[in-house]
Amino acid sequence: MKPLAPISSGARIALGILFFVLFVAGWAYATFGGFVSKTFLADPLTMLEEGWLLLTKHGFLYDIGITIWRVVGGFTLAALVAVPLGILMGAYKPIEAFLEPFVSFARYLPASAFIPLLILWAGIGELQKLLVIFIGSVFQIVLMVAVTVSAVRRDLVEAALTLGARDRGILVRVLIPASAPDIAEILRLVLGWAWTYVIVAELIGSSSGIGHMIIDSQALLATGQIIFGIIVIGVIGLISDFLFKWANRAMFPWSLA
Amino acid sequence: MGEPRDVPVEFGVSKLVIEDVSRVFPPVHGGHPVRALEPTTLTVGDNDFVTILGPSGCGKSTLLRLIAGLDTPTTGKILLDGKPVKGPGPDRGMVFQSYTLFPWLHVADNIAFGLREKGMPVPERERIVAQWLDNIGLRSFARHFPKQLSGGMQQRTAIARALANDPAVLLLDEPFGALDNQTRSLMQELLLGIWERDRKTVIFVTHDIEEAIFLASRVLVMSARPGRIKADLRVDLPHPRHYTIKTSPEFSALKARLTEEIRVEAVLAAEGH
Repeated sequence: MKPLAPISSGARIALGILFFVLFVAGWAYATFGGFVSKTFLADPLTMLEEGWLLLTKHGFLYDIGITIWRVVGGFTLAALVAVPLGILMGAYKPIEAFLEPFVSFARYLPASAFIPLLILWAGIGELQKLLVIFIGSVFQIVLMVAVTVSAVRRDLVEAALTLGARDRGILVRVLIPASAPDIAEILRLVLGWAWTYVIVAELIGSSSGIGHMIIDSQALLATGQIIFGIIVIGVIGLISDFLFKWANRAMFPWSLA
Repeated sequence: MGEPRDVPVEFGVSKLVIEDVSRVFPPVHGGHPVRALEPTTLTVGDNDFVTILGPSGCGKSTLLRLIAGLDTPTTGKILLDGKPVKGPGPDRGMVFQSYTLFPWLHVADNIAFGLREKGMPVPERERIVAQWLDNIGLRSFARHFPKQLSGGMQQRTAIARALANDPAVLLLDEPFGALDNQTRSLMQELLLGIWERDRKTVIFVTHDIEEAIFLASRVLVMSARPGRIKADLRVDLPHPRHYTIKTSPEFSALKARLTEEIRVEAVLAAEGH
């Protein structure tokens, strides 16, 4: 291996799959070999069996749908508020000076700690779940977008000025298009975090969703179901990440080499 | 569209007047203020091609940025067509040393950028863009992104982008500095060809002596920091100029003289740092 030397795409895929295979093999060895009690960790086959039962007999698809809707809903709300705000903060220094200290403080507030408060305010309905994700995502997006916009190459702005662009032209036709691919990348990253918030939101005061299923399964000591639920989250996350990357590539062909 | 002549064109009208303009950068972290440009007075005639020659750090780029309005003079004033310069504007097009094409726009849309900002209707815009794509020989690259172009092609597009806007003055800040020698020569010929046809007022900053002579109708030599203009030479080589002129005796004589002027400054600059 040489530092930074590229590898073929075939080798890249094979190596990626290899780790999954080794991981499952280690898991199978630990469980089938009897090294870990079945009560605490189900073996891979039991996990698949219980997962299949969840999907066919217990309406788990509905839970998956509910969870996806909560993530997408809360995340979309956060993006709608945070992206414009971040752009304004990045472009206009007084707005940045006004908001940046508060946003920097607010983003360290753990979204999960708001759950009891949000239950008091918004009950245990959908609004509360959306708000957890909203709080968890909005401040992160604002700050990262602001940094991206204020880091737009200064010489591009100067070139636009010498071509007659004024304030609005600089904002709309230089700062925003220049930072758009990075903003899309920020959204992809934060969407990944939103997935961790939704499960926390569903662990408390919920009657549906993947997180709720996991809590139910804990009472039944159904570790196979819990693991199946966790894996489903991982797979959905992987798919959404892939879709996001694909969309970014399609939207911003110019940013690729 | 003056036809090429053997005698220098008339420079009766002063296009650009620079009066006692200086620039002192405030001190950073308790250091000393930096006098980048000594009070400078200068008049540039209409249709003139002026090159500003000097060692690195002599304030030649500072002067150009002041004219562009991207920086504000500490003292003095700059008048373009009798009106004071306050901030950047489309009447002073600029080509930078770094590649500043907008990476998200195709070549054609880059050239159209200034026209769009002006609010020019699309058909007229397209006509001008097509004209400039032809002028710089990039018609078949109209739908390419800047990343897909070589450095020379990018700078050609940047020149077209600035000129499509029809500025009163074209400012160029070492635009060919990052290009290889062969490409640089071709770019000089292209730029000179455009100037011989349009006779736009041009101010071109460079540290390359040959480039300064080949392009110019007038060469200004700047001294090492703090920068000031120490020599002002007319270049009466005939137009249209062919690259072979670089080996002519007149050219060599000018080159020898400017080499001497610049060498003194380069030595001073080297000792000063």
